[in-house]
Amino acid sequence: MIALSDFLILGALLFSLSVAGIFLNRKNIIIILMCVELMLLAVNLNFVAFSHYSGDIAGQIFVFFILTVAAAEAAIGLAILVVLFRNKHTINVAKLNELKG
Amino acid sequence: MEQIIFYCFAGLLLFAASMVITIRNPVRAALFLILAFFTSAGIWLLLEAEFLAMTLVLVYVGAVMVLFLFVVMMLDIDLAPLQEGFAKYLPLGILVAALITIEMIAVLGASHFGLELVSAPIPHPADYSNTKEIGLLLYTVYVYPFEIASVILTVAIVAAITLTLREKKSKSQNISEQVKVRREDRVRMVKMDAVKPERNEHQESKS
Repeated sequence: MIALSDFLILGALLFSLSVAGIFLNRKNIIIILMCVELMLLAVNLNFVAFSHYSGDIAGQIFVFFILTVAAAEAAIGLAILVVLFRNKHTINVAKLNELKG
Repeated sequence: MEQIIFYCFAGLLLFAASMVITIRNPVRAALFLILAFFTSAGIWLLLEAEFLAMTLVLVYVGAVMVLFLFVVMMLDIDLAPLQEGFAKYLPLGILVAALITIEMIAVLGASHFGLELVSAPIPHPADYSNTKEIGLLLYTVYVYPFEIASVILTVAIVAAITLTLREKKSKSQNISEQVKVRREDRVRMVKMDAVKPERNEHQESKS
């Protein structure tokens, strides 16, 4: 049988891979958005695993809401990306420094 | 048998994730992300979350990733400057990822959530419907969060359309012109003589 810790460790590995992805591709905003999606996937995996092993289906409902919000986030993020590219002709994060924050 | 499937899918998932973060071409990265979503849907099927696995394939692979691919292919991106700093930040990235992994395994590992501490649940019978259970809970206890989720989706639609709308080319409303309009601007009165309609042959044969 598969233990709960196996699923949790898989989620942890997936999460840290996507954190490393944000470090490696810090110039490319598309890959950063994909890494955020991977992080959400890792979190969802943990939710589903805990829901299965504790016999409580509320965890799966929470995953449903996370999927909804993540879809909205992806749509708005890509819309902002398109507008950004239309105005600046680049998606390089290092060149988007007009706010001087 | 279950373990073999789990380890195959886990290996494939980690391989796809590492390809997403290391590959240079964003289109291929998006395709590997699709592979990652498919394999994690398989893992969710092992966890008896059938509805969510199907939702993941339909919503993510069918909608979100197609949107990603569409945007990646639509933008004419110069890839060379985006790859700068890959080797420079590689040690730092590996260090942070390894630290996060070690910490998480220390907390979530077999010593706290092993098989002897958290026993595997009894598999549900074949006529058990995961979708029905989720629906029963979603439309009773969680009905207000469900409504809020639909509002969030509506806001996302409006925001995405408003952001990407080009004002000059599209049909935009001008409120003051709409208010100022008079009847003479829109309605044209035409004088013409009364016309006697011709008799229909079909009616004639009937009568």
